[in-house]
Amino acid sequence: MKPAPFTYHRATTAKEAVEMLAAAGDEGTVLAGGQSLVPLMNFRVAQPAHLVDINYVDELDYIRLDDGWLAIGARTRQAALERSGDVAKAAPLLSEAIRSVAHPPVRHRGTVVGSVVHADPAAELPACVLALDGELTLEGPNGERRVPAREFFTGPLMTAKQTGELVTEVRVPARNGEGGGHALVEFSRRHADFAVAGAAVSGDAIALFGVADTPVRATDAEARLAGGADPAEIAAAATDGLRPNGDVHGGSAYRRRVARACVERAIRGARNGGGAS
Amino acid sequence: MNAVRIATTVNGVRYERDVEARMLLVDFLREELDLVGTHVGCEHGVCGTCTVLMNGESIRSCITFAVQADGQEITTVESLANGDMHPLQEAFWEQQGLQCGYCTPGMLLRAQEILAANPDPTREQVKEEISSNLCRCTGYAFIIDAVLDAAQRMRTIGGEPAPGADQEPATEVPEVPERVPGGEEARA
Repeated sequence: MKPAPFTYHRATTAKEAVEMLAAAGDEGTVLAGGQSLVPLMNFRVAQPAHLVDINYVDELDYIRLDDGWLAIGARTRQAALERSGDVAKAAPLLSEAIRSVAHPPVRHRGTVVGSVVHADPAAELPACVLALDGELTLEGPNGERRVPAREFFTGPLMTAKQTGELVTEVRVPARNGEGGGHALVEFSRRHADFAVAGAAVSGDAIALFGVADTPVRATDAEARLAGGADPAEIAAAATDGLRPNGDVHGGSAYRRRVARACVERAIRGARNGGGAS
Repeated sequence: MNAVRIATTVNGVRYERDVEARMLLVDFLREELDLVGTHVGCEHGVCGTCTVLMNGESIRSCITFAVQADGQEITTVESLANGDMHPLQEAFWEQQGLQCGYCTPGMLLRAQEILAANPDPTREQVKEEISSNLCRCTGYAFIIDAVLDAAQRMRTIGGEPAPGADQEPATEVPEVPERVPGGEEARA
């Protein structure tokens, strides 16, 4: 399958991209890495009339530490995050998670922000940004605004981003070794596939993915985690109320069981200093 | 048609073309430049047979638009053989690292990248890294054998320079050769 025709707009600055998006209105879509968008266009599930290409917007390619935040620009490739010593120090959960995101040829093109904005409920990066209490920076015709990750994800592939807005940056608080361990544990049928279910733990935060319409924080369980409860008890609390959708790869109850096991293992991993799988 | 003028360097040769915005890079390589070594497989970025290098890094050319190659350097499987077969190609030949051959162009370029990053990988490392590319014939054992064999060959000859590394891009666009009647491969 091949994409439907569209009009191509190449931006070279963030401001120009916002103007192009504003002009395109509901018919416009941002083309960043394209690793989620172009497959959808090839199948004609997505048929945007206007594509605004931000691959030539050099000012959005950065990973920077600023005022206690680790900020990642919208043109920053996933491979750059993977290689970054700043990320490994300031947000080691992201460094660990990125290795579960697709394969190197996809990470060479795919962007960090693009994966977050795509908002696949089974994807790792949205859940990690949620676990880390991250924020999105959006630029639109009416200026800039920041949206916390907790308010950003509104449904499957749906976010608080409004027509004409460009997400220019995702940022998470820089931890620099403080705030407890971290771990990302998921179960997928093959390496690099989207997860059947998974859990990201950072300090006392727990985010689950593949279990609902959006990534979700397990608030009740987080209080138990902070209180030093047994991992199995925390994992049960984190997942008992979930009603994941079933599909060909597993029913609702199965997904809940998988999620529970992932949470339990992630907590054990985080308590052992992170890096568990 | 929403045509866009692009200039891209492919295997060291600079090309300028008007392309339709929706044209995928893999179709540009095959149909505009007649570089049919790069194969079209799943068309949604999963199988890896369309793998090419952009600025030295592997990408899926079926989920990249040709307009995004504007100003970039593309390397395809045609860059490997230079009169003689590349050690990777020799190794795939010797180890029977292919059956139908459909996945082979992607396997070769990905293997080249794997070995550039790690000239002496373990079998487990090769298995992990080559999992980016699908083969539906071989069960992978012979492909992994071939990559390990190639690693040894390439270490023995002291490593390979990056393709096109010592070439200046030609400014003239060469004539595209006529297609051989009946010689074009079947499309997936």
